[in-house]
Amino acid sequence: MMRQGKIRGLVPVILGIYIFILYGPVLLLPLFSFNDNIYMTFPIRDLTLKWYGQMIEEKAMITALWASVKVTAAIASTIFGFMSAKAMVTYKIVGKGYVLALIMVPLVVPSIILGASLLSFFRQFLDVELTLWTVALAYTLISTPFSLLVIMARLEGFDRSLEEASADLGMSAWQTFRRVTLPLAMPGVLASLLLSFMVSFDEFMLAFFLSSNQATLPVYMYGLLRFPDFLPAILALGSCILVVSVALISTAEWLRRGQDKTLH
Amino acid sequence: MNVSEPMIAIESVSKLFGSVRAVDDVSLDIARNEFFAILGASGSGKTTLLRILAGFEIPTTGEIFVDGESVAEVLPNRRPTNMVFQSYAIFPHLNVAENIGYGLLNKGLSKTEIASEVDQMLQMIRLHGYGSRAAHQLSGGERQRVALARALVCKPKVLLLDEPLGALDKKLREEMQFELRQLQRLVGITFVFVTHDQEEALTMADWIAVMSKGKIIQVDTPSRLYERPKAREVAEFIGNINLLPGTVRHIDGHVVVDAGKIGEFQVPLGDRVVSPGDTVTLAVRPEKLTLRSERPGSGFNALRGRLTAESYAGDRSFYLVEVPELGKEIKVVDLNEASSADRAAVSGDDQVWVAWPVESGLLLTG
Amino acid sequence: MASAGELINRGAETRARPSGRSRLWRWWYTSESLRGYALLAPTLMFMVFMLLVALTSLVAQSFMTNAGANAEFTLDNYAAIFAPNGDIFRILLLRSLWMSVLITVCVVLFCYPIAYLLAFHVKRHKVFWLIVITIPFWTSYLLRVFSWKVILQQEGVLNSVMLWLGVIDAPLNTLLHNRSAVIVTLTHAWAAFAILPIYVSLEKIDRSWLEASIDLGDSFWRRFLRVTLPLSMPGVLGATLLLFIRNVGDFVTPALVGGVSGTMLGNIIVSLFTDMANEPLVAAVSIFMMLSLTAVACLFVLLIGGRKRLRGVT
Repeated sequence: MMRQGKIRGLVPVILGIYIFILYGPVLLLPLFSFNDNIYMTFPIRDLTLKWYGQMIEEKAMITALWASVKVTAAIASTIFGFMSAKAMVTYKIVGKGYVLALIMVPLVVPSIILGASLLSFFRQFLDVELTLWTVALAYTLISTPFSLLVIMARLEGFDRSLEEASADLGMSAWQTFRRVTLPLAMPGVLASLLLSFMVSFDEFMLAFFLSSNQATLPVYMYGLLRFPDFLPAILALGSCILVVSVALISTAEWLRRGQDKTLH
Repeated sequence: MNVSEPMIAIESVSKLFGSVRAVDDVSLDIARNEFFAILGASGSGKTTLLRILAGFEIPTTGEIFVDGESVAEVLPNRRPTNMVFQSYAIFPHLNVAENIGYGLLNKGLSKTEIASEVDQMLQMIRLHGYGSRAAHQLSGGERQRVALARALVCKPKVLLLDEPLGALDKKLREEMQFELRQLQRLVGITFVFVTHDQEEALTMADWIAVMSKGKIIQVDTPSRLYERPKAREVAEFIGNINLLPGTVRHIDGHVVVDAGKIGEFQVPLGDRVVSPGDTVTLAVRPEKLTLRSERPGSGFNALRGRLTAESYAGDRSFYLVEVPELGKEIKVVDLNEASSADRAAVSGDDQVWVAWPVESGLLLTG
Repeated sequence: MASAGELINRGAETRARPSGRSRLWRWWYTSESLRGYALLAPTLMFMVFMLLVALTSLVAQSFMTNAGANAEFTLDNYAAIFAPNGDIFRILLLRSLWMSVLITVCVVLFCYPIAYLLAFHVKRHKVFWLIVITIPFWTSYLLRVFSWKVILQQEGVLNSVMLWLGVIDAPLNTLLHNRSAVIVTLTHAWAAFAILPIYVSLEKIDRSWLEASIDLGDSFWRRFLRVTLPLSMPGVLGATLLLFIRNVGDFVTPALVGGVSGTMLGNIIVSLFTDMANEPLVAAVSIFMMLSLTAVACLFVLLIGGRKRLRGVT
């Protein structure tokens, strides 16, 4: 029992150390993005915002272009995820385990294999031009499992008699969806959109294989990472991405968990 | 509108789930303005039958008519019925007024018209002023009333209720039993509710249909169901009853039943049809029994046993009498009247006679 | 009150008979499975299409020559992999498999205690800590790899801190561009993720088993080995498998921090693609990797499954 007490006291310390180790390396980036020095060494002497200025000049256009592709993929994967989640939660389906496993496959397969196989499919056998849209298809493929998981978690506690009540009161299937199902699932839908966007945002491998000459942001960044002159600008960019992604994920989590009381 | 037509006519309806017959060839008529109960244990098919009436299940065979229209293959949103669900199914993302007005959204009414209908309903369920409350702020009883209002505002011809009082605590349940009756009288439409609680059914309903294993065993008024159950299952389900198995000896005015080692008893024939040799059950309600210290005279049946438990409840006492040959205990409820000379001054562990007038016995087949 | 209850014989003419719906309609409205699959259909078709068809074309392409539209059937690609002078492929494969095993083991060793603490010794705000710990996983993977480069490089953070503390006299250049750098980086990258499945399976353990164990007088270690560890295995194994599979094919980390000795199979696949534009060979090597992965994974699952059967009832 003494040991329990000792451990309990240490818990915040241990957790704190762990979080420091996890976050530390990542937080170096914003730290150095304000450093007036090309090299990232301690001690930091001068602070500056000039790297942010440089970033904004050069990167804005590429980012904007690719945002639309990722948004499309996020919408597509949310639609897929929603339909599948609804089907699995509401109906008694034979072989549900297999269906779930199938939809989860893209999570497990290494991106290189996915990239190479999609590439061979599009180029060799369909002879389709590699465009933004081939990348969008690939993004949808890998984000659908996440959408499914998020929306299913939200729909799990859904009282089926709510939809029956709506039908009983005179609403058609579409109206029931619009007035009851969708509003109640909305936090999950939003979380799914954000999550899918994040997943495709960071996905490097697929973009690398499937976009012939149009650089995507990760590929572009990767290219620049090899040259130290551009480093600080990358840091500024990276810090922005960091802040945005943390904000997006936190929002997604809050949406997913915070409004659980509405289901009871 | 032909007033003598039943409001609901169910003809030979069966519902199969795979090979399971949830509802087995049920035929039933429910009259207008009736408060009708479908009573049964879980698994008896009562909820399935209700859902078939509401339109959430499609019968495998059979027809259903509501006010003359065939509805078996009509979807729930087009039926002239509305349902109050067991969980009440209040929409969590809408407030009370929006919940109640939900069914009116499709009917082409203006916003003011909807608002006034909702208001009238709120008055009727005595929740005036609750309109802008959020769903999660309501108590159990309030939710039920909102669910009722939501269903009734659509002016259905039939209101269906699925275990309406199941989720309420005892006191609330008693209040609501009374209120539901009042409401039904006030609104003047047919109410059909499903329950497993026989006390609820006996208190509220005008007519009760008892279901078991998908079939309807008996349809009757509460008092006839209690006094004259037609089948063993009904007798066991409704109230407490003592059952004595035996075979028919002979029939002569009354039926003489040979109950083996326990003895022979007489029981009125009633509307049964039996022949000597048939297996029957003699049933008698605990409150028809009295305890005696000596064997009573003619006109009474009696059996002997040992008093094992006694519990005083003010105006009456509950007794348990062990009859070894029977294998179980007889339940007796006796009024505490000091004046009865025949009554035994009994106490624990005594040998007693349990007696009842011949006319109070019931003959059940099977 | 009009008599009711019993079936009243009414003339059939007084009621409107239904026209009857089609059998298809009835089938649709009574079959749950049918409606469920109809809703699933678009997603399933998309998935099956992309995965199966893509896989098939990968396999097919691996048997072709690198001639674009005029490709012919050939076994050359596989020959190249198994030929004596193709030993680079085999070496890199083994190295990648081995490194992935190391990384997976490190991640589990790193995460398990924290998950344990969270499941058993944190009473309030568990969800909060979980979210905080998981957030880093959702930030840019590229950037996390890059930040380790920043830390480990010769003019990097670790060196400058050590210099400043006086631990070393000159900056070390051996921290970066080797296998250990890859292992450290990938362990850090996956740590934030692996905690989730391990935590979930620890959390699910029925506390009454642990209490029974305490009652029986077990020490902490016995309790851990007899109850906690075995019961948390499903989560651990799931995470392990996922990590192992994904790490074998990793490209970015070895490229940025691995140097020559830390190169993995993924790097050679990418260079075949970019520098030599030899897509059929890329396909062949990918299949080679995939088959080896599957073999190792199956072996692993069998080993674990077999052990369980041998253990019997514990």
